[in-house]
Amino acid sequence: MMSATFFILAAVTLIGACAAMMLRGLVHCALALAVAFAGLGTLYLNLGAQFLGLAQLLVYVGAIAVLIVFVILLTRGGDSDSPALSPTALPIAGVLVATAIFAILAWAVFHSVAIHSPGLPAPQATIRQLGTTLMADYVLPLEVIGLMLTAALIGAAIVAMKEKQDPQ
Amino acid sequence: MLGINFDQVFVLLKHWLLGYSPAAIQPAVSILLTIVPILLVFPVLFALTTVLERKGLGRIQNRYGPNRVGFYGILQPMADALKSLTKEDIVPASADHTVHFLAPLVLLAVAFLPYAVLPIGRNMIAANLDAGVLFFFAIGAISELSVFMAGWSSRNKYSLLGAMRAVAQMISYEVPLLLSSVAVIMAAGSLSTVEIVEKQAGFSGIFPHWYVLTPWGFAGFILFMIAATAETNRSPFDLPEGESEIIAGYYIEYSGFKFALFFLGEYLGMFAISGLGITLFLGGWSAPLPFLTWIPSWIWFFAKLLGLIIGFIWVRGTLPRLRMDQLMNFAWKFMLPMALVVVVSAGAWRFLPQGLTRWLVSTAFIAVAYLLLARGVETRNKIAKRTYRFAE
Repeated sequence: MMSATFFILAAVTLIGACAAMMLRGLVHCALALAVAFAGLGTLYLNLGAQFLGLAQLLVYVGAIAVLIVFVILLTRGGDSDSPALSPTALPIAGVLVATAIFAILAWAVFHSVAIHSPGLPAPQATIRQLGTTLMADYVLPLEVIGLMLTAALIGAAIVAMKEKQDPQ
Repeated sequence: MLGINFDQVFVLLKHWLLGYSPAAIQPAVSILLTIVPILLVFPVLFALTTVLERKGLGRIQNRYGPNRVGFYGILQPMADALKSLTKEDIVPASADHTVHFLAPLVLLAVAFLPYAVLPIGRNMIAANLDAGVLFFFAIGAISELSVFMAGWSSRNKYSLLGAMRAVAQMISYEVPLLLSSVAVIMAAGSLSTVEIVEKQAGFSGIFPHWYVLTPWGFAGFILFMIAATAETNRSPFDLPEGESEIIAGYYIEYSGFKFALFFLGEYLGMFAISGLGITLFLGGWSAPLPFLTWIPSWIWFFAKLLGLIIGFIWVRGTLPRLRMDQLMNFAWKFMLPMALVVVVSAGAWRFLPQGLTRWLVSTAFIAVAYLLLARGVETRNKIAKRTYRFAE
């Protein structure tokens, strides 16, 4: 598992994430974030989780990164190199949040079943199995989520749309 | 026998070459022998297509097209390549140099990746992924970012406008593109491109089992090709380039070889998406008639690809460019509902027993939806003063 590919991909992901934090231009940060997303997606592919990896690419690089870029351009013009919030504004809060998230993730990883039973074979989740499980066992949550997302989409379109002027 | 050997000639050639390399480097050589032909064949096809396109457009517009370089202008791409190689590479002073430099490279890398999952012939695929179709779309999504990078880094209003148009258009048309592919995935029961082609390789009577020969498949294929035209920014959906309004869109500030790279990336994208259309709807490498199966599979793939390219050129020479609001209306008010109906129709086809019933039911779904949606679009397009509604 710890192959050369893994280290290259991990390096790409980390460099992308660090660049996303440290670069000055907001659009640069967004692009670096897209690199980090892509690195994560290829890491999943490297681990054999095809669906997860490709969905990560499709959703995060294809949709979320484009959305972030659009939001930056539509709200701030993208040319302003000086961030409104200086990096030293809320250092304690930032450190606290980061530590808390890291602690929770570390706790979850160290208490997971996979680590304590190394003899267990890695589960092979094919796309067919994923689909069958979603459509058979979890069909109600899936439908509820679909309905909610559709409602959110329609709501967003209505909120964004300017009211039609009356001809009078 | 001869036909079968000829069919597998490239596969056998690869194994023969592999036999001569030492065992230690065999995986690397195998990868190289898979990738290099793709990197060679499709750019050559691109060169041929530029001649074909300029000749074809010339024919449609009552002029000659290129006819000076070589025999009937056949060497024109060589001259073009030399010209773009020797041209000065101009980068605007205010441009964002790194992003400006990276954009064409990202676009080109992303344009080559989808070929990994296209079955060009029997046993001729670079990576037989379990989720080949998904891979194709995941990679396609990245090209939006490269277009944005090009448009934004040029620091030019026109190129930013072009990039925004391109991204908006690509996102909008990705929805019907994906949905019409979903119909095929449902019918084939697999996301693997190889398996989808194998499902279509049989014959009943003289008719092949291609999905385009079913009612939902026909509608799906047309939707897919329209969305593919929009996705590759080709006329009549070439607003992102829009020579008459925004000059050349997102690659206005690129010159010399970088411009040629954009050009190449765009055409490679068009071939790749046509290849996916062939794989999903036109039976991939399978022969159209049972007595033609002796012709090698890869010839069929490239024949179909050339057919679709000629279709693209024909459409480009025939239809005028759409307006932005027409483009968006068409995507969201006609293509999207129509694609949803195609998915439902494919589901009905899958679960009804074979016979006349499922033909009638499937056709009825498509026909009724088409009539209603087309009428809806028609009545809304009354000729009057246009009113626009903007998002705030």
